[in-house]
Amino acid sequence: MSYLDSPGGGLRSWLTSTDHKRVGVLYLILMLTLFWVGVGIGFTMRLKHLSAGNFLISAQTYNALFTVHGVIMIFMFVIPGLPAVFGNFFMPILIGSRDVAFPRINLLSWYFFAVGSVLAILSLFTGNGPPDTGWTFYVPFSIRTSTNVTLAVFAAFILGMSSILTGLNFITTIHRLRAPGMTWHRMPLFVWAIYSTAWIQILATPIIGITLVLVMIERFFNVGVFDPGKGGDPLLYQHLFWIYSHPAVYIMIVPAMGVVSEIIPTFARKSIFGYKAIAYSSLAIAAFGSLVWAHHMFTSGMSDTAGLVFSLLTFIVAVPSAIKVFNWTATLYKGSIEMAPPMLYALTFIFLFAIGGLTGVIQGALGLNVHLHDTYWIVGHFHYVMFGGTGFAFFAALLYWFPKMFGRMYNPKPMYVAWAHMFVGFNLLYFTFLVMGTMGMPRRYYAHLPQFHAAHLIATVGSWILVAGLMILFGNFVAALFKGDQAEDNPWGGLTLEWKLSSPPPAENFAEIPTITAGPYSYNPTRTG
Amino acid sequence: MSEVPEKDYQGAKIGMWLFLFTELMLFGGLFILYAGSRALHPEEFHTASRELNVFLGVANTVILLTSSLFMAAAITAIQKGSKKLAMRLVALTIACGVFFLINKGVEWSQKFHHGFYPNGPALAHSPAGEPIFFGLYFIMTGLHGLHVLAGTLLLCVMLVWLARDRVRADDYVSLENSGLYWHLVDVIWIFLLPLFYLAA
Repeated sequence: MSYLDSPGGGLRSWLTSTDHKRVGVLYLILMLTLFWVGVGIGFTMRLKHLSAGNFLISAQTYNALFTVHGVIMIFMFVIPGLPAVFGNFFMPILIGSRDVAFPRINLLSWYFFAVGSVLAILSLFTGNGPPDTGWTFYVPFSIRTSTNVTLAVFAAFILGMSSILTGLNFITTIHRLRAPGMTWHRMPLFVWAIYSTAWIQILATPIIGITLVLVMIERFFNVGVFDPGKGGDPLLYQHLFWIYSHPAVYIMIVPAMGVVSEIIPTFARKSIFGYKAIAYSSLAIAAFGSLVWAHHMFTSGMSDTAGLVFSLLTFIVAVPSAIKVFNWTATLYKGSIEMAPPMLYALTFIFLFAIGGLTGVIQGALGLNVHLHDTYWIVGHFHYVMFGGTGFAFFAALLYWFPKMFGRMYNPKPMYVAWAHMFVGFNLLYFTFLVMGTMGMPRRYYAHLPQFHAAHLIATVGSWILVAGLMILFGNFVAALFKGDQAEDNPWGGLTLEWKLSSPPPAENFAEIPTITAGPYSYNPTRTG
Repeated sequence: MSEVPEKDYQGAKIGMWLFLFTELMLFGGLFILYAGSRALHPEEFHTASRELNVFLGVANTVILLTSSLFMAAAITAIQKGSKKLAMRLVALTIACGVFFLINKGVEWSQKFHHGFYPNGPALAHSPAGEPIFFGLYFIMTGLHGLHVLAGTLLLCVMLVWLARDRVRADDYVSLENSGLYWHLVDVIWIFLLPLFYLAA
């Protein structure tokens, strides 16, 4: 009996299930819904820029749209996306366990996520209109604006609780529930990535929690801890906000790197190059990534010494990311590469993430940052990391594991067509952003000057091609769900534990807990890990 | 890592410790805020701190420290199988928690009565840092108070579980975890006392 049928297939049995696989699928459904809401909003913002002035939507609506686009995409898709969906579904299987350590808490965190999402959506339609502060909720505006910031902030707080509980659960699971013989250095790299991410989730998220509570307290009681008129300091808000929100970037990207580390050896038919380097660079990213937050504040009036320190640390954090990229490339060398859809998307991740990462190093330089801060360059940079990086890795993970999760195989051809659209559209859209940013186009502006008009048109056309690609991709997934052929148990020839189970996996995962005797990617017998 | 027993004690305790880390970080954000604000207004914090009642603050410290002793003793008692003693000790811990909250309530209402709160009459003409001091005082002791309340309620549940033998000599990890939580709440107070009451 697969987990899809046992116990029962009714809605009720799903909503009360503590099976980690079902919880993962619940997350997937909710998140993809929210993702499409975010895509719709982004698409609308691009449409607005078909004209330099008043067009389609009002300036106030535009402010609300970029705020809500950010809140939904960041808090409800890219941050929880890979850990909550694929971490939940595959991490226990990859370590040879029947479930996570605290299955009921796992389901509870999905409910927190659902409630947070519903509240966030509610904040759009209730009170004095949707929040218009930007996703960063910077003071003093977030305290003074009459729009519905309080509810939105509360929603983000609840989403944070969901993230904390998931992280706590994963760390305990990886420490306690590994199968016999599954030593730390035999764990698949996706598990290492999830482990590193979970530490950031539990250590950083409480800081955003308390910061958001402070915004609510200020809105209700006007204490003034961030109000210079009363002796408070608005910079303290920015520090507190970024102490979480920069590490959150690594919550987004580290699991994506984990996915790529699974896909590349499978489709290169080679043991991964530099297993330990990749594993420990995840931890290094988690550690250094927690010490770079103030590079978001170089132009805020912070001290120059602080600026220098944070700039240096920012350069350092690029090192472990580069370690991964070089190791993936080395894995491909002399491999027997099969360009199946998951591989194509994983390689695209490397390309787009490299652009995102390198642009990040550029803006980490103090002098250049003054010029680039708050321009479309920044918007381009983080879309390369979050969409080009995490987004494409999410699609790659879905392409890789979809047959295992649902027991159906998709038609690969439309996936290539979708890729071509997305790749062209994506670069047309966001590379133009980078160029526009260096020319001085400020982010979050409703109107633009005539000299930027041509670039805005190109970017908007890019967004159409990108969305067309997304539609082909997901259309094909939906078609496969209903009409796809029965998937094989191991369609890609993978060696990790999930491929030893039936597709879809049985409810209890393993009839008998396996004993592990070798590393996860032992493709060439001379180089077992 | 061989056969994992039906109930994983070690796992439950790891989970609890991780949760305590998140609590520390939650308060950590506020400690950063306190440090930043105090660096900006050292003298105002000094002056404002004089308005707090050191006697009540220290009394509450003694109450919480004593309660932690009762808590630790309760765990030892159940380990050794004396259910009645464990229940008495948990009840004493709960009583200490309630005393603490009453004490805190008295203190807060005094401050409100005299107008020592942000935007309150007593602080209307004081220099800019003092309302921040009282703002942080209410926010941080308030959040801590909520934790004491949560801990007290948790211990009430433990009392019921003890009575029903859900917590017993061979299965007491939930009591132990509640104890960990209670000690954390205690430790945080130990930091709040000097930062607010003894800053003058």
